Amino acid sequence: MAANNVRHAFFSALITLIISYPILGLNLEAQGISVTLTGADTSTVIAIFIAVIVVFVFQLFRERLMDKIRELPILSARAHKEPMAENKRAKIESWIITGIVVLALFWPFFVSRGAVDLATLVLIYIMLALGLNVVVGLAGLLDLGYVAFYAVGAYTFALLAQYADFSFWMALPVGACLAALFGLVLGFPVLRLRGDYLAIVTLGFGEIIRILLNNWTTLTGGPNGIGGIPDPTLFGMEFGRRVKGEGNTSFHDTFGIAYSGEHKVIFLYLIALVLAVFTAMVIRRFMRMPVGRAWEALREDEIAARSLGLSRTAVKLSAFTIGAFFAGFSGTVFASKQGFISPESFVFLESAIVLAIVVLGGMGSQIGVILAAIAVTILPELAREFSEYRMLIFGAAMVLMMVWRPQGLMPMRRIHIELNRQE
Amino acid sequence: MQDLLYFFQQLVNGLTIGSTYALIAIGYTMVYGIIGMINFAHGEIYMIGAYTALIAITGLATLGVTWLPLVLIVALICAMIVSSAMGWAVERVAYRPVRGRHRLIPLISAIGMSIFLQNYVHLAQGSRNIGFPALIHGGFTFGSPDTFQAQISYMQITIFITTLICMTALSVFISRSRTGRACRAVSQDLGMANLLGIDTNRIISATFVIGAALAAVAGLLLGMYYGSIDPLFGFIAGLKAFTAAVLGGIGSIPGAMLGGLVLGVAESLTSGYLSGEYKDVVSFGLLILILLFKPTGLLGKPEVEKI
Repeated sequence: MAANNVRHAFFSALITLIISYPILGLNLEAQGISVTLTGADTSTVIAIFIAVIVVFVFQLFRERLMDKIRELPILSARAHKEPMAENKRAKIESWIITGIVVLALFWPFFVSRGAVDLATLVLIYIMLALGLNVVVGLAGLLDLGYVAFYAVGAYTFALLAQYADFSFWMALPVGACLAALFGLVLGFPVLRLRGDYLAIVTLGFGEIIRILLNNWTTLTGGPNGIGGIPDPTLFGMEFGRRVKGEGNTSFHDTFGIAYSGEHKVIFLYLIALVLAVFTAMVIRRFMRMPVGRAWEALREDEIAARSLGLSRTAVKLSAFTIGAFFAGFSGTVFASKQGFISPESFVFLESAIVLAIVVLGGMGSQIGVILAAIAVTILPELAREFSEYRMLIFGAAMVLMMVWRPQGLMPMRRIHIELNRQE
Repeated sequence: MQDLLYFFQQLVNGLTIGSTYALIAIGYTMVYGIIGMINFAHGEIYMIGAYTALIAITGLATLGVTWLPLVLIVALICAMIVSSAMGWAVERVAYRPVRGRHRLIPLISAIGMSIFLQNYVHLAQGSRNIGFPALIHGGFTFGSPDTFQAQISYMQITIFITTLICMTALSVFISRSRTGRACRAVSQDLGMANLLGIDTNRIISATFVIGAALAAVAGLLLGMYYGSIDPLFGFIAGLKAFTAAVLGGIGSIPGAMLGGLVLGVAESLTSGYLSGEYKDVVSFGLLILILLFKPTGLLGKPEVEKI
């Protein structure tokens, strides 16, 4: 046993060395057309060797370490804790949510413009994540091309504004419905596929949409994107210094206050907030409706659900369409916030970030997803020097989450009866 | 005559690209055949193979080694070793702990791994694309110089021959060797193979290692063929190779080879006769159509739904 352990530890350490040294320790540098190779600085090399030694020691004492960790008081204490009573928990939860929403309503008036801008972005991600949560978390359909529906919403608004003079409020339902239509049309043939095939097909669909946007230059402007997307108005009042639309008035003239650029930012934030709350509430309703139960039933056991008379296609299609609808919704808000969109904003990475939010937050759990969206968007902004490590950490977090806590940080809870296990 | 030459040129280009897709696709199809998961990080392993090969080539050039066959072989071996180690480690870290759980969990873990590896190389080697020296120059040309000339470069011939050698070696390995036999047994019935005394964990690791080694070969070949690499170049290639695997029938090794060639030719004909920008649209569209109308692919066996 001991000899076996040593051999395994040695092998693991060797593998660590092989996968880290050539990539980390030797750097390729392009100078003109020639490429040169330079060794990394000593600190990197030392770090690699420390990692190798750590792996060796860990593998050597792995079993003993694992036993120690399992005996830790925190873990064993939590396992035996009784969960809070369901009605009590629901009451506390609803109070907390109300408090947060009220706080969020007044908060922007006291902070800087940059913070409000960032908060708007967070809200857009929350909407996206809540929508994807329906598809991935509740219905168990892995959609890797979610960003395509987001793009459909954003481009719908941009194109309608450019060619048909649509305002934000007219484009919002149109964009969302068009995205939902795309979801319906794509979903109808595709949802018969098994889980992992579905993931790849949606990924391919997302890429197709992006490539089309990139190359259909006459309509979408290609990689140059579309600019000059109008800001939302409040009952015909514009937030710019000068009024652009016919028949509109400007916000600061109507109320007789001095013009300030902040009004627009705060107004956008409030719109995003209202829409995010709307999204969360609608989806919460859906979750309690028969269709919401059907999503979960189908996710848990497809054969059992079908034998109880659920139509697989209809149930999956409803989840897919609703998810797409809210992606289109947030896409419209995004276009309006940026004022300029290009295919750059709709790459696969964006889908992966939203998926990471849903996975980290706990698939199916709304509060978890909202908290994860806040964390994932704000943390890289707070730690700017680590921002280039952001995606590296995302990737690692996704793997670790799946290995240790596949139910997410705040797993979804349902009213249920649990039978006592017989000792 | 000219049209024919043009077609011939596209066909040769397509077969070249297609044979490298086939090499990558084998990794997908073998892993899928055994544990039924899509190894999303496979494209990244191929990219790491290409980077290692470039590092080895540049290192040898710095040391003053210029004899071409030696350079190529050393680069190939280095790339295969690093990629295989990577494949082994990825399986160990990200896939083994989640094996047997709900279908989505290994897939999400694989996506996480793919993002991680992409950024690992990005941080270590920079995000710009780096020129890959074309070590093999020249070729045969057909046709008169004042109209269209079709060309088969020595590089393309090298790609064909290397792929052919790898495929033959793999076929012999799978059909003759003890490990190969165990691989087939595990892919037919994992539980039963386990009962019969096959160390299934070792076989699964071996599958990842073989797939990664073949991907590394493709990485070196395609790196030289395209002339530059960057950390993102594994993503699309991986997706294409997966398409090839599905096209041929996922789980079937001859299917992956056939699928790769068909996809390569389809892509090259699209860029030759329509437009280069839409070749990705065609291959993803092809993937969607295949999955919709013939999910078992060209050579795959239908999967029975077990209750």
